[in-house]
Amino acid sequence: MLLDGKVPTGPIAEKWDRHRFELKLVNPANKRKFDIIVVGTGLAGGSAAATLGELGYNVKAFCFQDSPRRAHSIAAQGGINAAKNYPNDGDSVWRLFYDTVKGGDFRAREANVHRLAQVSNQIIDHCVAQGIPFARDYGGLLANRSFGGAQVSRTFYARGQTGQQLLLGCYSSLMRQVGAGKVAMFPRREMLDVVIVKGHAKGIVVRNLITGQLERHAADAVVLATGGYGNVFFLSTNAMGCNVTAAYRAYLKGAFFANPCFTQIHPTCIPVHGTYQSKLTLMSESLRNDGRVWVPQKAGEKRAAHQIPESERDYFLERKYPSFGNLVPRDVASRNAKQLCDAGKGVGATGLAVYLDFADAIKRDGRAVIERKYGNLFEMYEKITGEDPYTTPMMIYPAVHYTLGGLWVDYNLMSNVPGLFVIGEANFSDHGANRLGASALMQGLADGYFVLPYTIGGYLAGTPKLNPATSSLEFEESERAVQARINKLLAINGKRTVDDFHRQLGTIMWDYCGMSRNNAGLEKARGLIQTLRSEFWQNVTVPGGEKDFNQSLERAGRVADFMDFAELMVIDARERQESCGGHFNEAYQTPENEALRDDEKFCHVAAWEFKGTGKAPELHKEPLTFENVHLTQRSYK
Amino acid sequence: MSKHINLTLKVWRQKNQKEKGHFETISAPDISTEMSFLEMLDVVNEKLSLTGKEPIAFDHDCREGICGMCGAVINGRPHGALKGTTLCQLHMRHFNDGDSIAIEPFRAMAFKVIKDLAVDRGAFDQIIQAGGFISVNAGGAQDANALPVAQDKAELAMDAAQCIGCGACVAACPNASAMLFISAKISQLALLPQGRPEAARRALAMVKTMDRLGFGNCGNEAECEAECPKGISISNIARLNREFFKASFGASLK
Repeated sequence: MLLDGKVPTGPIAEKWDRHRFELKLVNPANKRKFDIIVVGTGLAGGSAAATLGELGYNVKAFCFQDSPRRAHSIAAQGGINAAKNYPNDGDSVWRLFYDTVKGGDFRAREANVHRLAQVSNQIIDHCVAQGIPFARDYGGLLANRSFGGAQVSRTFYARGQTGQQLLLGCYSSLMRQVGAGKVAMFPRREMLDVVIVKGHAKGIVVRNLITGQLERHAADAVVLATGGYGNVFFLSTNAMGCNVTAAYRAYLKGAFFANPCFTQIHPTCIPVHGTYQSKLTLMSESLRNDGRVWVPQKAGEKRAAHQIPESERDYFLERKYPSFGNLVPRDVASRNAKQLCDAGKGVGATGLAVYLDFADAIKRDGRAVIERKYGNLFEMYEKITGEDPYTTPMMIYPAVHYTLGGLWVDYNLMSNVPGLFVIGEANFSDHGANRLGASALMQGLADGYFVLPYTIGGYLAGTPKLNPATSSLEFEESERAVQARINKLLAINGKRTVDDFHRQLGTIMWDYCGMSRNNAGLEKARGLIQTLRSEFWQNVTVPGGEKDFNQSLERAGRVADFMDFAELMVIDARERQESCGGHFNEAYQTPENEALRDDEKFCHVAAWEFKGTGKAPELHKEPLTFENVHLTQRSYK
Repeated sequence: MSKHINLTLKVWRQKNQKEKGHFETISAPDISTEMSFLEMLDVVNEKLSLTGKEPIAFDHDCREGICGMCGAVINGRPHGALKGTTLCQLHMRHFNDGDSIAIEPFRAMAFKVIKDLAVDRGAFDQIIQAGGFISVNAGGAQDANALPVAQDKAELAMDAAQCIGCGACVAACPNASAMLFISAKISQLALLPQGRPEAARRALAMVKTMDRLGFGNCGNEAECEAECPKGISISNIARLNREFFKASFGASLK
């Protein structure tokens, strides 16, 4: 089946404006008659819940942490892109649109990306109005810096804590609506099922993580803003709680999952230091504005960094890509780092690291300037490694960071299940096969502040109100199924912990579905995952009880979903016989080891439909046509 | 260079809010000094899980010191003794072989214990709901550069805005006051021109809510500033006091 993204007709620069006129509206006085559920309150969910509340809808917002302010959006560091062109260096909505489509290796839906670039400026305006303390120049105006994949300086930032400030801004707006009674906030709740009534998403079943009680919530529409699935690799830059559960449950209820094999590996993260490692820590891409990436020329080099003279250093990104240098896009930088480490030129105790060196920048600008730009990042590095990046180069290695796949959505950000909207990292739409730095923050807020509030109105105004009761059969069946699964997990009483299984799954995924993939490896991985999953359901041990604050039970449910989802990822990776962005199949590469796309056969979105346990999922394609961007082999030379 | 040390943990265990808690002694042998404190607790919890015992419940998420979810009192110090460090950033290289480590939840009347080390900090959200925002709806804002903000003010606002809402300040304060927490948000918004229109109402409302929720009064002890993992300064409290006084004076004139 060919999927239709429902992109409006007409010139790309006019589509969104025309669409907003053509979308049905909900009369201001009628908005209070509609209930909307928002699951996940990070940048996308928080901004959506706040804005929908401002508009007058009744909103119920859910998150599994103790407060919306904990969402992992808070950890984003480097900045947010917008096409303001304040630096007067040649930026425009068109250029931001073009850079993003190209950066995504021509696998994103063109119209969605243009809309993203269009609303980017409004986002900055709104954030400033909210009191977000962006960095400013001496004249009091907003400062900008550069990010990967762009030759203009279009990124707005707040030290190395931009995600924190943007999230706290939308959290404050959300709290205002909670105080005003327009949004009911349900923290410490995990969504374990979406309820479909007459084919439309009309509610959710959640578990209260403190009491263990299952709750049913009904609404006229359901919005999932539940983030990415990077933790399928166990080690990633995600927070410990990040999971695929909400999105996966929606998939089991009929929502298509698109491009799950498109995962982003971020080049600059702190390397692994032990087997007990719980997660990987990101070192912002913004550091590549000033840091220089290098390895020793010689393989197996044993000297310390400061002992290696300039002539024996290989600044490999500057060497291979003269015009973008250290600021090549993430997939390019990550693959290069991996290739050099595989060739024995890596540094550090494990040989799985490259240097990110600030010596030249400090000499040029002085330590005070570098400290002001990156202070908190340098401190973070020092706390974790015990080394001082002001005097010795940072060691960094690629790590799983962001996921580009997600639930399939149309131009209205609605999934193929009517009434189920998906925003932020949880959807697949805007970044293609690789995301540029500083664009995740942009997408989350674009979706939540300026896109969803319009498109959801169109759905609500155009759909007869069902007013489903939480006592209805559909809710009852949903709750029963959720309860049964919980009972099953608690009854196994095996010999291996949840984390132990999770770690093993992560290793399989990293080895066979990580930076570099091949057909044989993916087929092998599928078998390994099936075996591991089988063992999980027979041998996992989940201590503690059900009607209790039980973190082992929480993790068990999430890992069980990862066990299923991982197989979908490798199926998708095996299906896509080309390399693009973060999906690198060794059989498809240029002579310079860059990703080689097959635009004839694979210029489409691969959206998977669940067909039943033990059955292969069914593939649906959304063909991607590029009317405005010229498809090329990406070059950052 | 990683070495391995043996530790004895004295951990607060409490089944739920209603039951009384107690200290439990748990041994943590063979801990790598490269581990973070929470990774050490993970390792201890794995062993407990495999021996049929209940793991220690503790809140955590980002493990990078930015979400504010983790936190416990380590040998009497919220987040441990290392300055400017959250519990998840504290690494075991700061402990010695043979050390005994007391681990307790953040204690305050306004922070009820949920289980073991996890506490309910919902009161913080309620304080923000009372006024920790600027009332602006999405869509109507002027151009971002229409309102210049002096760089030094912007930097101070950013310093205050770094508060991660962890509650260590409340735990450190002998009165369990939340003044540092409130002052951080109020300062950020008071320093910026966008925050001026609502400054008076904000200061009054947030302080009133803090009092209603059972936090104590500020006694100028400055324990909060000493323990804050983000280095929030008590000069923000001084600013809050000025805003509050101005607001009260203004209100009494009406």
